[in-house]
Amino acid sequence: MQELTSIFVQSIFIDNMVFAYFLGMCSYLAVSRTVKTSMGLGIAVIFVLGITVPVNYLINEYLLGPGSLAWLGPDFVDVNLNFLSFIVFIAVIASMVQLVEMFIEKFSPALYNSLGIFLPLIAVNCAILGGSLFMQEREYQSIAEATSFGLGSGVGWLIAIVGIAAIREKIRYSNVPAPLRGLGITFIITGLMGIAFMMFLGIKI
Amino acid sequence: MSAEVKEKDPLFSLKNRKLISAPLNKDNPITIQVLGICSALAVTAKLEPSVVMALSVVFVLGVGNVLISLLRKTIPPRIRIIVQLTVIATLVILVDQFLKAFAYDVSKQLSVFVGLIITNCIIMGRFEAFGMANKPWPSFLDGIGNALGYGWILIVVGFLRELLGSGTVWGYPVFEKFGLYSVGYENNGMMILPPMALIVVGVIIWVQRTKVRELIEEN
Repeated sequence: MQELTSIFVQSIFIDNMVFAYFLGMCSYLAVSRTVKTSMGLGIAVIFVLGITVPVNYLINEYLLGPGSLAWLGPDFVDVNLNFLSFIVFIAVIASMVQLVEMFIEKFSPALYNSLGIFLPLIAVNCAILGGSLFMQEREYQSIAEATSFGLGSGVGWLIAIVGIAAIREKIRYSNVPAPLRGLGITFIITGLMGIAFMMFLGIKI
Repeated sequence: MSAEVKEKDPLFSLKNRKLISAPLNKDNPITIQVLGICSALAVTAKLEPSVVMALSVVFVLGVGNVLISLLRKTIPPRIRIIVQLTVIATLVILVDQFLKAFAYDVSKQLSVFVGLIITNCIIMGRFEAFGMANKPWPSFLDGIGNALGYGWILIVVGFLRELLGSGTVWGYPVFEKFGLYSVGYENNGMMILPPMALIVVGVIIWVQRTKVRELIEEN
């Protein structure tokens, strides 16, 4: 349990998707104009990461990884389908997003109305595929660890986007040099936030 | 298909040349369209991975845009996203396997970011905006143009960060040869850290918009 908490906290702060790896930057910059919409997108990201990382973990463990087909019989011990992982992961993500969208639409129209427009965007959010690829690279030991990594990364992303949206809402009242307005200043603020987040580096939990 | 193109347009008509030149400056994918930032920043701590990344994107986007353009009449609109993703993923697997075979060190440095070319929004964005609606040749030019626009930013950022951060260019110790260290110069270790990539791009945007005033945004 302690191990899981530590993975969770680490993926929120130390390995923050946005500040440490620049994942999901496109939607991060495009949708961070107001706090309300960025909150919606953030929650959708947590949701999708929390589902796709464990699913891809199972796929990696039992279908793709080196020696993972051993359960089919001794002939398959040497099979390594690792090179297929990109295409399988992205297919899983795209179809999971579609599935989640239909599921939410059916069972919770209210949630659908607030999240709905963001879900298709998420299929191509690099944070989602990045989550699965990091999961593969870091070789988590169990599905529980993979899940807590997925959820933690999602929460980290939410914190980042809500933070920048709040700053952007206020910065309208400041006198930014004209050529820096909009995108330029957002980049620089994100850089400064990244430096602030680096204080978590080296913390052992 | 190609015969049609030749009838209407010479290969390098003004319109076609514009497809290449616009993304280099006024319609740059990174600084104006805000596409493809994700993988752009993480790989730019050194020049070499930046160049490799830029070349990979040129390949994937150029070839992919042509493929999508050839398929555009057969792809059913409802499932186009998954078809596009499959095309991109196939090309990226090619790049990944190629890098693993011929440039293993760089491939290790780029780690997951080669895979992340798949979700690089610049590629999906160009497929959606251009490949789906245009003939193969203009699509090819558009793909190459945008990838180059993305690539030059990457290379500039990679060059600056490597030069200022480690005092080298492509691993060659420039500052040491000039003897800057003996007069008390120190490397700025900060430039190697991820957040500085954002700030460097911010500054590039600043310079670009100071030169081209019409790009300035209203907050």
